[in-house]
Amino acid sequence: MPEGTDRASERKPNTFWDNLLRISMREAGVAIALLVIVLFFSATAPYFATSENFLKIFVQIAINTVLASGMTFVILTGGIDLSVGSVLALCTVVGATIMIDDRLPAWAAILLAFIACVGTGAICGAVNGWVCEKWKLPSFIVTLGMLNIASGLARVVSNNSTITGLPRPFVEFGNLILWGVLPSIFLIAIGVILIGWFVLRFTVFGRFIFAIGTNEEAVRLSGHNPRVYKIAAFTISGLTAGVAAMVYLLRLNIGSPIAGIGYELNAIAAVIIGGTSLAGGKGSIIGTLVGACILQVLSTGLQLLGAEDNVKPIVIGTVIVLAVVLDFYRSRLLRMMER
Amino acid sequence: MHGEDLGRSPAQAAPSEEASPLAGDAGGLGQPRPAEPILRLQSVSKRFPGVLALNDVSFDVMRGEGHVLLGENGAGKSTLINLLAGIFQPEEGSIWFDGKPYRPNSPLEAFSAGIRVVHQELNLLSNLTIAENLLFEHLPRWRGLVRFRDMNARAVELLAEVGLDIAPTTLVSRLGVAQMQLVEIAKALCHDSKLLVLDEPTATLTSKEVDRLFEILHRLKLKGVTTLYISHRLQEIYSVGDRVTVLRDGQHVVTRPLAGLTVPDIVRLMVGRTIEDHGVFRQDVPVSGEALGVSGLKLAEGGPEISFSVGKGEIVGIAGLVGSGRTEAVRALFGADPKVAGTIRVDGQEVEIASPKDAVAHGLSLATEDRKGQGLLLDMSCAENITITDLLKVSQFGLMNRTEENAAAEGLVRDLRIKTPSIHHLVRTFSGGNQQKVVVAKWLFRGPKAMIFDEPTRGIDVGAKAEIYELLWNLAAQGKGILVVSSELPELISICHRILVFSKGRIAGTVTRAEFDQNKILSLAYKEYGLAGGN
Repeated sequence: MPEGTDRASERKPNTFWDNLLRISMREAGVAIALLVIVLFFSATAPYFATSENFLKIFVQIAINTVLASGMTFVILTGGIDLSVGSVLALCTVVGATIMIDDRLPAWAAILLAFIACVGTGAICGAVNGWVCEKWKLPSFIVTLGMLNIASGLARVVSNNSTITGLPRPFVEFGNLILWGVLPSIFLIAIGVILIGWFVLRFTVFGRFIFAIGTNEEAVRLSGHNPRVYKIAAFTISGLTAGVAAMVYLLRLNIGSPIAGIGYELNAIAAVIIGGTSLAGGKGSIIGTLVGACILQVLSTGLQLLGAEDNVKPIVIGTVIVLAVVLDFYRSRLLRMMER
Repeated sequence: MHGEDLGRSPAQAAPSEEASPLAGDAGGLGQPRPAEPILRLQSVSKRFPGVLALNDVSFDVMRGEGHVLLGENGAGKSTLINLLAGIFQPEEGSIWFDGKPYRPNSPLEAFSAGIRVVHQELNLLSNLTIAENLLFEHLPRWRGLVRFRDMNARAVELLAEVGLDIAPTTLVSRLGVAQMQLVEIAKALCHDSKLLVLDEPTATLTSKEVDRLFEILHRLKLKGVTTLYISHRLQEIYSVGDRVTVLRDGQHVVTRPLAGLTVPDIVRLMVGRTIEDHGVFRQDVPVSGEALGVSGLKLAEGGPEISFSVGKGEIVGIAGLVGSGRTEAVRALFGADPKVAGTIRVDGQEVEIASPKDAVAHGLSLATEDRKGQGLLLDMSCAENITITDLLKVSQFGLMNRTEENAAAEGLVRDLRIKTPSIHHLVRTFSGGNQQKVVVAKWLFRGPKAMIFDEPTRGIDVGAKAEIYELLWNLAAQGKGILVVSSELPELISICHRILVFSKGRIAGTVTRAEFDQNKILSLAYKEYGLAGGN
């Protein structure tokens, strides 16, 4: 049906405040929410605003941040990856098994373990993506399958047991804390986020991820093959699950087939709270980092306030839904401002 | 040209004086026709931004008659049907149905009033059974539970009425199109609909199935059901219609008995749209060589073969009725949909095209008819939309070069006079005309040798249309081959060197500029639907 009149030409010139509002709505919205939550707990919860507490939070968000950064790629293309939790478990047992092999020198074992972790994760992700695209299946189902497969494989590889006894230098690196407040694993997470941010924002590949999430058919008819990029997004998600497995090993020093249960849901929650649209095409990886922070800050803050363990999930669940509801109003307001 | 010799002008064809004098000569199926109107439209107008879809339309449909509604693409038939179905509401004028004012706000209201519209795309729930579909609105119930036995028994009765001998428990998804059509009609019967509106019911049926449908319609007619029948197959309307109403450009042309009208007469009534000469046709642009050539393009096994060619600097139009295979052909040639055979040449070179990626790599472009759904990244910026066709051009080592990208986009926005405060605004906020220009810009950024446009001016207002025509000519002047699919004949006539006329999936004929004539083109368009020649 015929389109409306020429809206573009009627648009008013942007004012400074207009621009400021737009930026705060689009990019900084979640960051402001995080700030408010931090200030709230600093004022109300005892011990919240201490460096020990922040250190604890940084340690705790590392794994989820790494997982969620890869998840952001998949969700931006309009898919979902439910398998990252159990792929992480598989990678921890693969990595731990290699590391405890005393035939290798410690540094070689660590390096090999890292490659194996990342490689295993990437292969799982690539299989996810390939199956989805080859048979045009919903990623929800395919990755649900991979969740179970990887979990089973983790049991097979580990012979259903927990693997301990990682090399000393590795454990020491995991316990390293810089300037009294920045744990090494948090810095790894920040590094992953920065790489993800760079890829999404400055590379041709990143442009395709957004374009495919916005309108896959238009990308195809513009002379590209969207399947390649979608498979790549899943591969990246698997790859970050492998990196997250290394972080897990650094933090807990054990490889376990029952690691990572439910992690995929935390990762998805972080991405969504961070403002990435489940429909794809809209969002940012910095938002994902902030989303992961919000989840952990809420959890820690409530604990310090003396909230019962049973209350915590209720609050966090509410926040997840609230984030999506707010996103609905935010995008509506943004669209009104664009006119 | 306006067919005054055949009927009266719209003003004279006022509904009131229509009924009685014509009652005798209705012919048709030999039914004595009651003179009372069941549906009356009085000065009905419906406006969409930039288009007056229906303009002061008045006519009557008599109780118990078979009334045929005709018109070219875009004449306003669909709009009229959608008004009756309660999907749109008229801005002006009134509709009377069964003696009462009729102004439905939803399909459900239309339905309860007694008007049943069977749309071209059927609206059945394919995973439910026939019986469930038939009685969906009135399931026989017992304390909140469905009484399946009663439901199925009632369904058998209804199916018998339309001559369908299938178990009512069959899933609709297992039926053929013809059978689904009959289920839709049975559904109308179930609710004692007084007026049955059939939009192109035979478009997908075989001739045997069509005969069967007519037999059933005939039987319904004997029972006093009024039908409003829309079809592209001009031959068949004689077996269902008593009277015919012709629309043209949203205006009522004539309502008169079918008896005595020949098919060429009807075609003459339907054409005669005034051609505004946009004055864009340029003699000075030289046509040379071949930009795009297609030989033996076949979309399906056993289907017709399509061959044509477009010269450099030439604008070739593709005309045809909606559903005549125009869009399908260009999509297959572009690799967007699969084809079974055919060779394609670009710039004289034979090329292998299996996907849009191949097509683009070899220098083709396609601006689809569904601009928003398939052409644009609505929630991305103007610049991002433009460069998507060739990101290599604005990147080094896989990294985007924003400076180059912005410069390229700025240049095209300026050249094509795209109205936007900045290249960073989301394309969603653009008007239809500007969105179409963004589509053109994105292809120009790639630099194709031959460009295909499917309905380039759909949903665009008049001023912007002229700009698009000028743009097409500028592209032709750069030596590109231009192929334009359009439902608007006047548009093709004013801009094209040649027009290929599609009819039922094949090229029924090619008309060159010297012989452009709406009558001729329309006759060709109807050719494969049973009209031989015309004049």
